[in-house]
Amino acid sequence: MKKSEHEWKSNGLPALVTVGPVAVILVFLVVLPLMYVAVMSFCSIDSYYNVVYKFTLKNYAQLADPDYIHIYLQSILIALLTTVICVLVAYPFAYLIARTKSRNKNLLYMLVIIPFWTNSLIRIYGWRTFLGTNGWLNNALIKLHIISEPLDMLFNRGTTVLGMVYCLIPFMVLPLYSSFEKLDVNLLEASADLGATKLKTLKEIIIPLTADGIFSGGIMIFIPCLGYFFVSDILGGGNADVIGNLIERQFQSGNNWPLGSALSIILIIITLLLVKAYQKIGGSMESLAL
Amino acid sequence: MTRAGKAKLMTGLGRFYTVLVYIFLFLPISVIVVNSMNATTSKPYLSWKGFTLSWYVKLWSNTELLSSFGNTMIIAIVSTLVSTAIGTLAAVGLYRYRFRGKDLINGLLYIPVVIPEIVFGISLLSMFARMSIPRGMFTLILAHISFSVPFVVFNVRACLTNYDISVEEASMDLGANRVKTFFNVTFPMLMPGITGGALLAFTLSIDDVIISYFVNGQTKTYPLKVMESIKSGVSPDVNALSTLILLGTILFVILTQTNVLKKLVRKK
Repeated sequence: MKKSEHEWKSNGLPALVTVGPVAVILVFLVVLPLMYVAVMSFCSIDSYYNVVYKFTLKNYAQLADPDYIHIYLQSILIALLTTVICVLVAYPFAYLIARTKSRNKNLLYMLVIIPFWTNSLIRIYGWRTFLGTNGWLNNALIKLHIISEPLDMLFNRGTTVLGMVYCLIPFMVLPLYSSFEKLDVNLLEASADLGATKLKTLKEIIIPLTADGIFSGGIMIFIPCLGYFFVSDILGGGNADVIGNLIERQFQSGNNWPLGSALSIILIIITLLLVKAYQKIGGSMESLAL
Repeated sequence: MTRAGKAKLMTGLGRFYTVLVYIFLFLPISVIVVNSMNATTSKPYLSWKGFTLSWYVKLWSNTELLSSFGNTMIIAIVSTLVSTAIGTLAAVGLYRYRFRGKDLINGLLYIPVVIPEIVFGISLLSMFARMSIPRGMFTLILAHISFSVPFVVFNVRACLTNYDISVEEASMDLGANRVKTFFNVTFPMLMPGITGGALLAFTLSIDDVIISYFVNGQTKTYPLKVMESIKSGVSPDVNALSTLILLGTILFVILTQTNVLKKLVRKK
């Protein structure tokens, strides 16, 4: 173990008192439950849908069902679109509010966070009210004589992506905001003085220096997207299910916990692969949690 | 176009774009606020039937809704207090001591941060069911502690890395023991990290849908109550409560940001 100046060798007790409680929580509420899910994914069920500890690979065989494969792909497509849209929308936005000379800079920052203190379900439902056949947008368009019949905008992949972007965009705006704040103005001026065009400065200096924010935001958006079943329930109406919907069904109405566990293992593997890739390109784990 | 004209155009475009994004962020909020004042009484409560504030009165007789909000507050307060205490201790211990298994614990702390909430939720459900622990308030609080504790650890640790450790040594050299040093020296210096972590834990707890959905048993939290009401159309009193919560948090921010609270305390 590497030695640092601030570290004292523990004679046991102080380390146990300080780190013991968190270790208990991690073991009993994180590690053991996940290990149990892994075990359950190899279990069978009896005719009353009880879990029986009889080894089987049937659950994993069931994962190859074409209907399921369709939903994995759809799920990845939704997550990918959401992440890309979040980057495209948040990048210039975070730049503008982080580098503004306005006195209201703190207010602008708070205005990004405030919407997210309202319950996320009711905000998603707000979009449904806005976009519905009898919603604000349709009514306004009819009043303005742009359309005569209400448009059917809801319950597709597009509205699901909209809801995901809405829920998750702060995870892109906030890390980018702090990267832009740290960006040294002198570097930009030097680049311009040396004859670089604005586009070249963006490509060679600004983007590389803020890449960390893009990657950590991307991870924190892509992974939840695969699981946010309530967004696709409310705005997708069953036409844009994600892997989370499949798992939710097996643990609630479907009541096949071993199959639900095998589906969860897929999500765990995707998560591990993405985190590994993130570390490989130099992303720090710490910036995921702050 | 002149250079000044071009610059003006760019700031104008920038402003326009910023406003557009803010409209996007606040649009569903305005739907909630407006619908809380809708006089409609028939499901699914979508068409506008005129202005009323009666839902803000009726809200106080909707005991189910109020008790779900009460549950959310109890869970949030208890889990925040516990996870802040445990997380702060852990951050200090992990920073300070060398012991076996330290790297393992550091690694495990990232699991609740990156793992999809649904996987976390079903894993807790499965284990509670396996161990025949009845689901309700207790399991909700345990679940909320487990997903918020890492955020407290990371926030406090960020605070530790840029603080001068020699102060602690000075305290010990001057004869204070470890416990006394922790409460009189370390703790006050870590306050910004602790309050930041606690605020994050509280925010995560009151808005949690997915994990609570699997471990709640018969206990309804406010987000779960909203989830239930979405199936039949969200009634305006739910919107009214959400509006009040929003106003409450905005007020809280204004008070803390402008230091009004500090001034009030000082006057007393």
